[in-house]
Formats: sequence, structure tokens, C-alpha cells
Amino acid sequence: MSAVTEFLQQVTEGLGSGAVYASLALALVLIHRFTGIVNFAQGELAMISTYVAWQLVASGMSFWLALPVTLAVSFAGGMLIERIVIRPVQGAPELTVVIVTVGLFVFVNAMAGLIWSFTVKDFPQQFPDGGIDLAGVRVDWSTLGIIGVVAVVMGLLYLLFQHISAGLVMRAVACNPASARLAGIRVSRVLMLGWGLAATVGAVSGVLVAPVLFLEPNMMGGVLIYAFAAATLGGFDSPVGAVVGGLFVGVAETLTGAYVDVVGADLKVGVPLVIILAVLLARPQGLFGRAAVERA
Amino acid sequence: MSTIVATLGTDRSRRLRAALTVLLAAALAVGAPFYFAPFQVFQLTMVLLYAVALAGLNLLVGFGGQISLGHGAFFAAGAYTAAVMLDRYDIGHLATLPVAAAGCFLLGLGFGVPALRLRGLYLALVTLAFAVFLPPLLKRLEPVTGGSMGLTVDKLQPPAWSGLAEDQWMYFVVLAVTAVALLLARNLLRSRVGRALLAVRDNESAAEVMGVRLALHKTLAFAWSAMFAGVAGCLYTWVIGFVSPDSFSFVLSITLLAGLVVGGLASLYGPLLGAAFVMYVPSVSQDVSEAAPGVVFGLLIIAVMFVAPTGLAGLPGRVRAAVADRLPRTTAGLDRTPETESAPDTEPESRAASEPSATVTPADPAVVDAEPVGAPPRTEKE
Amino acid sequence: MRKTTALRAAAAATAALLTATACSSHRGQDAQDTAADGACKGQQTTGITDETIKLGGIYPLSGPASAYGTISKGVAAYFKHVNDKGGIDGRKVEFTVRDDGYQPPKAVEEARRLVEREKVFAVFQTLGTPSTAAVWDYLDKQKVPQPFVATGASIWGTDDKHPWTIGWQPNYVSEARVYAKYLKDEKPKAKVAVLFQNDDFGKDLLGGFKEAVAGSGIKVVAEESYEVTDPSVSAQMTSLARSKADVLLNITTPKFGSQALAADAKNTKWNPLHIVNNVSSSATVLQPVGFKNVQGVVSATYFKDPADPQWADDAEMKAYKDALRKYAPDSDPANQFNAYGWAAASSLHEVLDGMKCPTREGLRDAVRDLKDVKVNMLLPGVTLSTGPDDAFPIETMQLMRFKGERWQLFGEPVDTRKEFGPLAK
Repeated sequence: MSAVTEFLQQVTEGLGSGAVYASLALALVLIHRFTGIVNFAQGELAMISTYVAWQLVASGMSFWLALPVTLAVSFAGGMLIERIVIRPVQGAPELTVVIVTVGLFVFVNAMAGLIWSFTVKDFPQQFPDGGIDLAGVRVDWSTLGIIGVVAVVMGLLYLLFQHISAGLVMRAVACNPASARLAGIRVSRVLMLGWGLAATVGAVSGVLVAPVLFLEPNMMGGVLIYAFAAATLGGFDSPVGAVVGGLFVGVAETLTGAYVDVVGADLKVGVPLVIILAVLLARPQGLFGRAAVERA
Repeated sequence: MSTIVATLGTDRSRRLRAALTVLLAAALAVGAPFYFAPFQVFQLTMVLLYAVALAGLNLLVGFGGQISLGHGAFFAAGAYTAAVMLDRYDIGHLATLPVAAAGCFLLGLGFGVPALRLRGLYLALVTLAFAVFLPPLLKRLEPVTGGSMGLTVDKLQPPAWSGLAEDQWMYFVVLAVTAVALLLARNLLRSRVGRALLAVRDNESAAEVMGVRLALHKTLAFAWSAMFAGVAGCLYTWVIGFVSPDSFSFVLSITLLAGLVVGGLASLYGPLLGAAFVMYVPSVSQDVSEAAPGVVFGLLIIAVMFVAPTGLAGLPGRVRAAVADRLPRTTAGLDRTPETESAPDTEPESRAASEPSATVTPADPAVVDAEPVGAPPRTEKE
Repeated sequence: MRKTTALRAAAAATAALLTATACSSHRGQDAQDTAADGACKGQQTTGITDETIKLGGIYPLSGPASAYGTISKGVAAYFKHVNDKGGIDGRKVEFTVRDDGYQPPKAVEEARRLVEREKVFAVFQTLGTPSTAAVWDYLDKQKVPQPFVATGASIWGTDDKHPWTIGWQPNYVSEARVYAKYLKDEKPKAKVAVLFQNDDFGKDLLGGFKEAVAGSGIKVVAEESYEVTDPSVSAQMTSLARSKADVLLNITTPKFGSQALAADAKNTKWNPLHIVNNVSSSATVLQPVGFKNVQGVVSATYFKDPADPQWADDAEMKAYKDALRKYAPDSDPANQFNAYGWAAASSLHEVLDGMKCPTREGLRDAVRDLKDVKVNMLLPGVTLSTGPDDAFPIETMQLMRFKGERWQLFGEPVDTRKEFGPLAK
């Protein structure tokens, strides 16, 4: 295997993990666009959705039936959480809502451990085993599959944000809920919808990555940090940014981990940090983010 | 301000009341270690120690309006500074405190500069990334930090003349440092720096126009805040006598922020309440459910935020406001005076301005600013 | 402003104190520690009477390491099982579990609670190296035994300043020695790639391995580490594949163990001999990867894996599964950590039976004076042995290879004491 092939193999590997980060980053971006908050519990909600899918499959349902059921359950669950957990603190300072999501994180994580224990579960892989060989570089079908699905979700979100009136309404709510209400928009419905959709996108992410990461209650904890990094790099309100950010973070950390001995695998997490910092110093709104209009 | 004074009675009687409460608090604080069992004294010591870190975070988040999810890292830096000094050099514990404080102040200053460019969310997540990065870095610096095995150092020992047990001596030392730190935080806020910070938080552009040196004050806020976290870390080393990289994971940073918000942002005694929450509630959770303490702990965080959206410190004010709402609204006009103090509560008059949600419909979402600011806008009038 | 602040400070102080008072106890109550008479005169009998013995344990029931919290269920089930059969030497065991969330300061708090308020006889098991290191000075000063800590760091046995603390499981260096011996016998020219967890566990095992192969033809040609907070180890596995080593030493905890095994199986161009360390060798780790993908993997063990069908008819295993179903119905008997707790608890039972004096000192001495003590949950050939110069109860492990749907033990149990001599202090 030549040095070039090895390098490309590492890049492929980086794209694979980057797609994992991107998948959750999409859900983070979605909820931020709808509600204007950072949801610390997003990863855990994705994890619990994945358990729902696993439970359905384990009880004999076929995967392709279990998937839509899971997505529907996640959508309903997300709306329910907004209604029960978030609505009561809606008027409170923003940080209060963020800390409520931290509480939700702790709660959901412990709940999953209580119900399904901490032993690793095997999640059915839907993409075929093995992969294709591109000039000596092995690309797994699962990697291609994850990237493909992430691209589709990204496209759908892009369309939602740009071309559909629901998207416009939702952006109005996130930007200025008080004015939106005056304009006759039902703010709380939009917020519920945002939580539901984000939970659904999260469920897609969880189901997608579970065969690779293996399902256990802390599966998404590590991904969440990288997904934050991806969304920060891409700009917190752009689905395209989330995906580009995710792929970039994945490739950057894999390559430095593999090739820069001083950094090594232990410190590679610092690399995206430095890059993010550099990018943000030049463009405080992230690569694809819209600069917030300053209110004097 | 005059209305508030009027309702509370004469200046003279207030002074007396204040003096009495200070005396009472001091007596309680000093008497506690002679009454409680050693492990409870240890718990109180930890509460005080966390309160120092939270007071520092409060300067930044509550008064400065900048969110940091990286304060666990400054805490760790202070703890490691003390531990490495105690490990390598034959010096007393007290000598480590100024070094840890100064070191973290400088570190904070270094962070404050890039932080100037970053707003709300982005700053929070960059600092979070820093907190994630620190443990592997500490492991890498093995020759100095002892690597992943951590460092075990001597705890604070009572001098023979004191006749106190170890836990009591630790408690008093930490109490003294905490008292100084909290006083310092309070005085900082009343100084030029504090007023500038509040002005910046409430309306950055207006403050700048009025001549507040924005960059300087925001950077300084970061530095002071980091220093407090570092001091708390130093105390941690004195009390626990053991540091390891995995004890300072990003979970600590998130716990600190959660503790602050639960305790009450922009309140002077919110940090104490938040520290008590962080310290006691996990044990309480386990007493409620042995099978999954996390489930209870998560629920309790959410429950507290439901009951007291502005933190525990704001709770008395809310309760009184709720009571007042049921009474005929004779002072409705007064209730809405924009004048209020930096800390909500105690005086019912101040809550209307500090907690718009109490009088506006509960379903009203917070007005989302260009940057997320922890607490609702308030103006400072001295 | 000044006055109201003072008021608030007072209120806060009062609130903090009131919280503490909720579980009030006067300082004077501490003087309840008791001492023995007769031959054991002057020794501490706190927490032990003729009818009861109080033990406490500190485990991460919440937080990032909660996967290990279930060990406490195995321990508790064992003690309940024993209590139903009359207790240990007529004494009923009262076992108190406290949660430290894997945070050293919480571990200190809980250790103090167990010693000062619960008045336990011994702190049986603290989990994890950081938590154990944070409390052992305190327990040493209080002269409270801390037997069988649930971590394999070698420091518990090499340190001689803490006579009250002792480990149980084979320390990580011993485990590394078993793999080194196997490679020396089977592949004396092996080139080894290592994936390890970047903490005390991974470093200790890797360090022990390097030391054990020093001077032989075996070379470590690549090392990659990961953090427990990382989502995946696949990037590290790709880097290791570049080394073209012919042996992969997989030093991981369960989830990462599964990931590494799966990544190795997926990479058809690189087929090293895969050695997975004990903590990730359970069938519950291999099964999600697919048994067909882990054929020929080598590991070493010292206790019976409840998920392994070969022990299905074992008497002790049956007792274990029955007890777990009865006393901890919400836990999974197939989880190896439950069996680990059971094995450690039954080891403590043996030690308590062997005490000369029913005192804390008696326990401290008994745990360092074990002669080939058999414990039913341990593998045949693996026994507990300690002595004045040997503070490692288990130093024997059995190699095994995965074939079909189960591990097959092969060779004789490897006694690392005999093979390599005592651990350097």
C-alpha cells in the first residue's frame, strides 16, 4: 500500500467519523433554528430513539417497519418533551432553558441505563457488509451509506429552511418570538414542531451510527461534543455548514492524529478546537452562519 | 432607590438589622464545625469551595453576560498548580494560593482576548472544547502532572496550637478564603469594573458610546472569573489531596454552570445556594432511588428550574410576588419601576423589573437577543 | 444595597447549614468506636458484633462510568444469599452502597460518610483508580480496612505505605505478562500494534507489556490511544493497520472493545492475531460484533463468565444466577460485572472466615495472609494467595481462544509470580 493510498484511506476514515458528527449536528442546527437554544439533551434523545428501534427489532419487528415507527415515536416524543419540560420555563432566561436540557440529559441517560442496562447492544446493520475498493482505498458501504443519508437529510432541511413557509415562520419565531406572535404566528406550535423535528433527525442519526458505534447509553455523549464543534464551525444556523463542519472536523482530527506525531491520537481533539477558534476569530458567525444584525 | 428604602424602614434600623444578620451568619459559620460530624464539616467545606468557583463564574455569566462552559478547566489549572507545587517543592500550602490565583488570572486574560470576538453561543462552545481538551493534555504532560495516575499530595494539616481536628482546620481555612473571595467579588461589582460590566451586558453599544472601554472590561471579567475558579481549584487540592485528569472532565464545567443557574445568576448569594445544590443533591438523589440516582438528579434539576426559573436565589422574591399578585394591586405602578438592583429578590418591588415573566403571561418566550444573555436585562443604580 | 447583601449572605449561610442539619448528628457522637477484649485486646471492633457485620462500598451508580455500578449488585446479591444461609460465621452482612459518580471528591465524601456515620467495619471495594487513590490516605489514617478495591492498578500492591488497602483482580501488569508469555512461546518474533485507553488502566497494561517483552524478539511497532469520551476508535484502528503488525493487543473497555473487534474484522487486508484484554473479553462484548467475526481471538481470564455456555451447569454459576434473579431482578445475570462482584464478595467471605480476631486489624492481617484460597466463582487453578511480600491476591490467569460460540481455555493457568517474579516496587 503506497503512502498516497494510506493517506486517502485515512481521509476516508475521517469522512466516516465526520459524517457521524454531522448527522447529530444537523439535529442541533435544526433545534437552534426553531427555538434559538442549544440542546444538550439532543444526543441523549437520539440515543433513546435508537433504543426504541432496537427494542422493536428485538421483539421481532422487521427493521423497515421499525424505522418509521421509531421516527414517528421520536417526533411525538420530541413534541411531548417540549410541551411538558420546556413550555413551563419558556418565559425564563435562555440559560434556564439550556440548564433544563442539561437536566434532561442526565435524566434520559440514567433512564436508558435503568431500562436497558449498560451492556453493549448490537444494532442491525442495514448497509451491506464489506465495501468497495477504489484504487486500493477501502470504502465501507456503511460509511457511504451514512454520508448518503446525511446528505439527504441536509438537503431536506435546506429546503425546509429556504422554500417552505413553515421554515420562514419558524425562523421568525426563533429570531423574535414576541413579534412573531403579534404577526399571528402560533409560537408554541412552532416550538413544538421544532422539538419534534429535531428529535426525528436525531433518531435518524442514532439509527445510522448505532451499528458503527455500538448501542449503549453513552453512545451519543462523545458524538455530542464533536457535533457541537461541527455546528460551531459551520455556523449554528446552517445545515450545509453543519455537514461541512462535521466532515472537516472528522478529517482534520483523523489526519493529525495519524500523521503528526507530536499531536498523536491523544491530543487530536485539540486540532479541531484550534481550527474552530481560528475560523471564528475571522468569522464570528461560523463558516456558513449568517451574521447577526446588531441591535443598537 | 428611595422607594425601596422607604418600605424597608429607616436607614438606622436597616443598619442594625444588617449588623445582626452578619453576626448571626458569622456565628453559625464558625460554630458549625463544632456541632457537625466530621464528614458533614467536609461537605460544608466542599460547598464553600464550589461557591468560590461559582462566584467567579457569576462575574462572567451573571454580570458579564458571557457564557463559559470551560470553567472546569480553570478550576483544574488551579488545582494542578497547587498539586504540582506541593509535589515538587517543599513549601507550605498557603504559598500555592497566590501562584494558583495569579496563574489562572493570566490564563483567563489570555482567553479573554479571543473571547472578545466570540458571542454567546460560540463562546460557550469554544470554551467547552477547551474543557474537553484539557484532560488529555494533562495526561500528556506526565513528567509534571503525574499523567493519568494523578498526583497525591499532603492535605492541609492543623497546626498543633489550634487544637482542631483536620476537618475543622480545613473548614476554617476554606471559610476564610471563601469569605475574602466573596467580599472581593462583591466589591469588584461595585467598583468601576462592575458598573462597566453591567452596562456592557445590558447594552453593549450604549455602554461603548458612553465611554466604557469594552475590550478592557470584557477581558478583565474573564481574567477575574478564571482567577476565582483557580482559587477554588487550589482549595480543592488542599482538601482532597489528590488530583487526576479525569476528575476535571467537561462534566465539571457543565456542573458548574448548572450549579450557578440553579443557584441564581447575577445574585450575590446564588453561588452559595448553587454550591449547596451541587454538593448535596446527588446524595439526596441516591437516597431517593438507589437504582438510578441520575434519574432523580436530572428530575430535580428540571424541577428546580420550573419552580425557580431565575434560580433558587430568586425564589423568595417570586413567592412574595405570587402572594402580592393575589392581593389588590395598589402598588401596581410602583411594581413596574425600572429601577432595581443587581440582585433580584428580597425587596418585592424589584422583582417586576427583574422577572418580567412573573407579570407577563407565563407562556411568553424570552426575547431572544442577538446574543444569549444569561439574565434578563437590568439596570444598575447605586 | 450593602445591608441587604449582608442579609442575603446570612440567609444563604443559614440555608446551607439547614441543609446539613437535615441529617444532623452531633460531633460528640463519634466516640462510639469500640475495641475488643481478650486475645485481641485493643483492636477495633467497630461495625462488627456477634450478629452483624457492616460493610460499605463506593461505586459509580451515576455518571460516565455507571456501566460498572452493577458490580455492586453482584456483591449485594452474594451477601443476601449468604445471609439467607445463616450469614458469615453467624454474622449477617449489612452492605451499604454509595454512589460517587466516578468523581474523587464524592468518593472522599462517601468514604467519610461510611466510616463516620454508618460506622462500617470495612470499606469493601471502591471502584476505579482515581476514587481509590483519593480515599486510601484517609482510610489508612482512620485504620479502616479497604479490601479488594475494584481496580487493577499495580500500585495497590507495590505501595507499602497503605497496609489497610489491597487489590483483588489480577493487576494490569500481571495481565500484560500473561500475554507477553503467550507471545514469547507462540510468536517470538511478533510485531505488536497496541490500542489502549489513555488512562491508568491502559498505561499500566501497556507499560507492563513492554517491560515483559523487553529483551525478547517481540517489538511494539505502533501504539494508538483513545479517551473514554471519544465516540469511536475506528480512526485509531486505521492508523494501526498501517503498521502491518502481526499482533494486535486490544486494551480497551467494553464498548471500545466491540468497536475495535468490529474494525479488525472489517479490514480484510490486515489480519493480525487479535488479543483482547480481560475486561472486554466477555461474551456480551463479542456477541454484538458477531461470533463469526471474532474467531481465533485470544484473551485471558480468571473468573467464570456468566454469558459463557460452558459454565451453564456449574454449581456456583447456578447459585449465582438464582441469587441474582431473586435479589436483583432488574439486573442482567449474563453481565460479567455482576459475576465479578459476586466473585469478589465470596473472596471476602473466605477472608472473613479466616480472620484470627473479628476486628479491623484481624481483617487487615487476614487479607495479607492467604494461602491458595479457593473461590468457586474463580476459574479452576486460580486461587487467592498473599503474604508479607506479596499484596496481589490473584496473579494467575488462564489463556483462552474464541472458537465457535464460546471461549476455549488452553494451556495451563499462567502463574505470573513464578514466570516473572514479583512486581518491582
